[in-house]
Amino acid sequence: MPQTIIEKIWNQHVVDQQEGAPAILAIDLHLVHEVTSPQAFTGLRSRGLKVRRPDRTVATADHSIPTTPRTLPIADEMAAAQVKQLEANCAEFGVPLHGWESPNQGIVHVIGPELGLTQPGATIVCGDSHTATHGAFGALAFGIGTSEVEMVLATQCLLQRKPKTYLVRVDGTLRPGVSAKDIILALIARIGVGGGTGHVFEYAGSAIRALSMEERMTICNMSIEGGARAGLVAPDETTFAYLKGRPHAPQGADWDAAVARWRTLASDEGATYDKEIVIDANTLEPMVTYGTNPGMGLPISGTIPNPADEADPAAARALTRALEYMDLRAGDSIIGRPVNTVFIGSCTNGRISDLRLAANVLKGHTVAKGVRVMVVPGSADVKRQAEREGLDTIFRDAGADWREAGCSMCIAMNGDQLAPGEYAISTSNRNFEGRQGKGGRTFLASPLTAAATALTGVIADPRTLPGMSR
Amino acid sequence: MAAPKVGTFTTGLVPLPAENVDTDQIVPARYLKVVNKAGLADALFHDWRFEADGTKKSPPFVIDEPRYAGHGILVVGDNFGTGSSREHAPWALSAFGIKAIFSTSFADIFKSNALKNGILPIVLPAPLHATLMQIAKEDLAATVTVNLAAATMTTPDGATHRFPIDAFSQKMLLEGLDELDYIRTQRDKIMAHETAHPGTINTLQPNAPR
Repeated sequence: MPQTIIEKIWNQHVVDQQEGAPAILAIDLHLVHEVTSPQAFTGLRSRGLKVRRPDRTVATADHSIPTTPRTLPIADEMAAAQVKQLEANCAEFGVPLHGWESPNQGIVHVIGPELGLTQPGATIVCGDSHTATHGAFGALAFGIGTSEVEMVLATQCLLQRKPKTYLVRVDGTLRPGVSAKDIILALIARIGVGGGTGHVFEYAGSAIRALSMEERMTICNMSIEGGARAGLVAPDETTFAYLKGRPHAPQGADWDAAVARWRTLASDEGATYDKEIVIDANTLEPMVTYGTNPGMGLPISGTIPNPADEADPAAARALTRALEYMDLRAGDSIIGRPVNTVFIGSCTNGRISDLRLAANVLKGHTVAKGVRVMVVPGSADVKRQAEREGLDTIFRDAGADWREAGCSMCIAMNGDQLAPGEYAISTSNRNFEGRQGKGGRTFLASPLTAAATALTGVIADPRTLPGMSR
Repeated sequence: MAAPKVGTFTTGLVPLPAENVDTDQIVPARYLKVVNKAGLADALFHDWRFEADGTKKSPPFVIDEPRYAGHGILVVGDNFGTGSSREHAPWALSAFGIKAIFSTSFADIFKSNALKNGILPIVLPAPLHATLMQIAKEDLAATVTVNLAAATMTTPDGATHRFPIDAFSQKMLLEGLDELDYIRTQRDKIMAHETAHPGTINTLQPNAPR
């Protein structure tokens, strides 16, 4: 019977399946960070257990660390204690740590691929919902809670029920000014934030095949915003080219054997899915969110929807509340809305290709007066690469703030945050109430749209930039 | 840490008729800097409950209304718990005294986290959900009895309804069994699987030749 890649990876990792019980699923890679792990290590300690496979576990500090120069101490005492606790836990349990001063530090979903730890066909988990990012390599990667972090630390396994499958086929060619972020925002706007619940997405089609690994990561990253715990792309030559030679990728004969195995992962001809959707890349515009969940997005040329047009009373209520929180008016155009802050970074769009796109827009220009532009590389490695290319100088010369690597204003738990009532256009993944600071208001968009907005101080269509003619 | 045990309980309802309530609302991220599970009751729905100076909003957010004090079932809108995987959300709900949540659907990770902390995420058909939401708003004395062993709930009109729960979670919660202990009973199978599937990932050693 033909199988999808999701079923193939699942079947290869089932250790045991008792009737009526969830499967015991073997986990190949466990990523750990400071925020969702301390209680799990405490649990191990109280049970007298060890980390069973330190060689399949890797930690970094990303969420609560400041993005100010690393020579400064962590000013927030609770954040400092949390980072210290991670260091102590990793030392005690033998877990390799790329700590906050390490040259390999970075957002956990940026460093896994960089180091070559993220590999096709693997099961990958982390106490972090954006673990879906690693699906870009054809891995089954999903976020877990802290109780599950403890289970994986102790056993390298997890109890899981087989997910349903959801094919997202994106065919056609993206127009200039339209990018991977716009594909995923368009999908979520179409199916809603609960559309993928209980499912794993497989992204396929000619538009997905044409994407770089970094663009595929942007798409898989936001699977969770569409309700799916995981989303993946079958590995291909683009995947292998990205991985080859990375520090933890297989080498020599091991590499050849691995690639041969990875080639068999693609979904079989005739495999069926529980759900399917087709998106035409040719017709996509840059997308911007206007509301308080990532499903509340619209093409940038569109106008803010009216609750009166919503047939479903619950949706109308939610929209009314969202527009109130955002202080936006139905019928207004999204283009031209003023912003106070532009945030370029996060596990969604904090990689080198994202920074190159933004720098290309800002080069030789100055950001709009009164607008704070924060550029936060996704990892120390991305930062070094950007500096080798002179991107930091471009950003600084334009009046943007060039910072150290971390999650920063995507989750706003490290002091990088909006003031109440402020608006940000952000390349991150969540526009929930208060996500970027209590009372802050978020427009989600691509790096191109964010950079175009930085120049004008109001939401701007990147297709109007030089070199982006339709 | 002992695994939670759940049996039969009778408690009042609290109406929270919002759709897609995300875990950033349940526990804002700045409360995730804790290294233990204690003291999260005040973080629960913090920014909906408290003013900037830390005083409770007036009128208070629904869970702080005196008339709902001690009520242990939240009746919420669709797709509750969307967003971040933070288990701090069920820790905070549990610390506040929430035993069950009635909705028409839950986000996957939240549902899994809730069950691990003895909170029942109960999915109801839309008409029954709407009825209970109405009762929660209007009849403060109304209680619901949840019987996990029978997977039933008895509503204020005396009717008994079955609710869906997978047999495994039901058994674990009824008997107070621990999922980690359960996995560890399969140690031999885990070892055998690992031997058969050595894999190519090694976090300790770059370029590890095998």
